[in-house]
Order: sequence, then C-alpha cells, then structure tokens
Amino acid sequence: MNKNSNIYQIVYASVMVLVVGVALAFIYMALKPKQDVNIANDKRSQILASLHIVAPSEGELPATYEKYVTRDLLVDREGNIVDSTRNVAFEVDMKKNIKLAEADRQLPVLECTLDDGSKKYVIPVRGAGLWGPIWGFVAVDADGSTIYGANFSHEGETPGLGARITEDEFQQQFAGKQVFKEGAFKSVSVMKKGQVPSNGSDHVDAISGATITSRGVGAMMQTCIAPYEPFLKKLSGATANPS
Amino acid sequence: MLSKKNKEALFNPLSKDNPVLVQILGICSTLAVTASLKPAIVMGIAVIAVLAFSNVIISLIRTTIPTTIRIIVQLVVVAALVIIVQQFLVAYTYDVSKQLSVFIGLIITNCILMGRLEAFALNNRPWPAFLDGIGNGLGYTAILVIVAFFRELLGSGTLLGCHVIPQWCYDHGYENNGLMILPPMALITVACIIWVHRARNKELQELN
Repeated sequence: MNKNSNIYQIVYASVMVLVVGVALAFIYMALKPKQDVNIANDKRSQILASLHIVAPSEGELPATYEKYVTRDLLVDREGNIVDSTRNVAFEVDMKKNIKLAEADRQLPVLECTLDDGSKKYVIPVRGAGLWGPIWGFVAVDADGSTIYGANFSHEGETPGLGARITEDEFQQQFAGKQVFKEGAFKSVSVMKKGQVPSNGSDHVDAISGATITSRGVGAMMQTCIAPYEPFLKKLSGATANPS
Repeated sequence: MLSKKNKEALFNPLSKDNPVLVQILGICSTLAVTASLKPAIVMGIAVIAVLAFSNVIISLIRTTIPTTIRIIVQLVVVAALVIIVQQFLVAYTYDVSKQLSVFIGLIITNCILMGRLEAFALNNRPWPAFLDGIGNGLGYTAILVIVAFFRELLGSGTLLGCHVIPQWCYDHGYENNGLMILPPMALITVACIIWVHRARNKELQELN
C-alpha cells in the first residue's frame, strides 16, 4: 500500500484520533470519581491547614474535618446569615463564584470550633497569580479582625518562586495580623521586604523574585475579604458586648 | 538483551551524547524547574517515564506511519501519554500531581521527546528504543539535578527544603544569592557544566 497517498494519510489520522480520543475519554470517566474524592479531600485539608490542623492520616481527614468545622454559613452583604445548611459553604465553587458580578457572589464562611472551644471563621479567597489562579483560606478569630492562620494554593506558579506562597514560611507571616485598623477595613498588604504600606495597614513580606504572585495574594486578600466587612464587624460587636 | 549497540543506546546519553550538554535539547525546562532540587527530581522521573513509553509506542507503529504526518503522530502519542499519566496521578497520588502541575505540560513541549522519537524510535525496534528513552531521560535528569543542586544551595541555602548553610554563616554576613533563583543563572550554570564537560571530552570540541 502507498503510505503517502492522501487516502491513507486521512484514514490513518482519523483512526489515530478516534483511538486516542476514546481511550482518553474512557480513562477520564473511569478515574473521575476517585479524582473528585481527592479534590474534595484536598480542599478539606487546606481549610484545616488554615487552622493549623493536620489530619492524623489521609483516611481520617473527613472525620477530622467534621469535628472541627462545626457550621457552614452563607452571609449577605449586611453581614446577616442567610443559610446555614451543612456543607453549603464548603460546596461553593469559588472558581465560578469569583467570575460573577460582585453583587451576585455568594459569601461562604466556615465556622470552626477548636479544641479549646474558641471559634474561628474561615473565609475562602481566590485571585490571580502570574500564570494562573491562586486561592486560599483565611481563618479569622472571633474578634472579627485578627487573622489566626492562612493557607494558600496555586495552579501553576513558578516552582521556587511564586509557588512558595504554599510554604509555611510565607503563610505563617499572616497569623496575628489585623484586617481592621481603628474600625476601618484595611486588608493585610504584601510588601517588598523593608517597605511599609502607605495606608497604614498590616503587612507581610513578599517573596523575592515573585512580585506578581505576591501582589496577587495581596489583591486577593483585599477583594475577597472586603465584602465580609459587615459580617466581621458584627462578629467583633458580638464579642465586645456579649448579649 | 544488552548487545553492544543496546548498551550504547542506554549509556551514551549519560555523557558522550547527553541530550542537554551535547544535543542541547530540553534547555527550556532546564531553566524552568531547577530553582530547587525536589521539582527537578520529580520532573526527571516524569520525563524518563514518558520518554521510554512514547519511544516504545512510536517504535511499534513505525512501519505504518506515513512520513508526511509523522510529527503529528508523534505529538499525539506524547500528548496522550502525558494526559494519561496526569489523570492517574490525580486519581492515585494527588500530592505528587499537585507538585507536578505545570511540569506535565512542559513534558509535552520538551524537545528531547520529539528529538529522540525522530532520531531513534522511528528507525529502531522497541527494545533498543526503550533503552534509548531510559538513557536519555537519565542523562537529562542528571543535568537537572546538578543544576538544581547549585541553584538551591547558593540561592536559598537549602537542599530539598532543609537548611544546610549553618546559621553562624548568616550571622557573619553571608547572604543567599537571590540571582541564583532567577532563570538566567540556570543558563550560566548549564554553560559552566558544558565547559567542564567539553574540557574533559576533547573529541566533543568543535574545531574551526
């Protein structure tokens, strides 16, 4: 057979694409359930990481999550709780949520109770890094202002540079920072080492060599936490005068 | 199993015919993933696997491939393999897949793959092609690890994430060299390795 005839080439290419396409679709379908479980568990471990909790083993992760994350909340822009069905906040797809117009976005909060009985509120954040999306979870104390912990993840930031936002060294800087300064919302800024933000907000050191990813983290903290301002204010009011 | 020719296919790429140092292939990923040691090692393992299997598959179907569309066929095989590897990683070893994220895509564009498929797999039987894939993958990994070793050590003062430069060095004014983290230093490091390599292997030096 003439291997360079047009017919042979077209048939060869079509058969090849069909075989590869079917094989990939089959593999995708077969592995999808397992992948979904992994992805959900990964989200749970990220939420727990923002509370400085590590599940004892992968198998115990769902149980650990159930133990500490005690209530799912959806809040509105006035800071009122509109929904507290189990897992309603966990299941908010931030990827889709962040694409909506700002007024249409859902505002999920995870209420967590630690071993010592103190309550923490975990807020999911999502933004853009240099190459792709970055996201994370920020745990806020019951006073509505002090950050208890933060955990960040990314899809494709440069290894050794932007990807270092996932490292403890960077994340630990956020603990103890305030998102309110004298009653006004001022998100934590990410600044080049040695520089101080002009608006007087708390700040952490950026990663050298990863300016755009670091800026992305700062912007993400600002835009994603700002809508929660009324909710956080209510929290601080509730702890200041217990009624 | 290991005739003289097969041995050459397996061991030549480690030094005399190294894909990075001599064939100058796969430079882009050498720059991208060598800022620290761990991703370099993981990337090396992934390339060895994909290179070996795509070599075998292309070698198996080499008599049926129409020469005019052979590049497309090779690309489809490589891309399909990479996607399959990625899907399995996500399903079974999620942590590893998170670390690999971008590198998986980089494997498809790695010139070593197309280079070896064109130069070797198309004209050889599956077993030698498999050995050639393993050999070239190892040769590539070796360079990646050497470059990453120096970049991580001098740039961050760590190896595999552990601090190796003692604190008293910093106390006495030692600073990590931030320049080592940036891609240009990977090129310079590779160039230094090529320099040493050619100095030791006189027959590789170009005469003009």
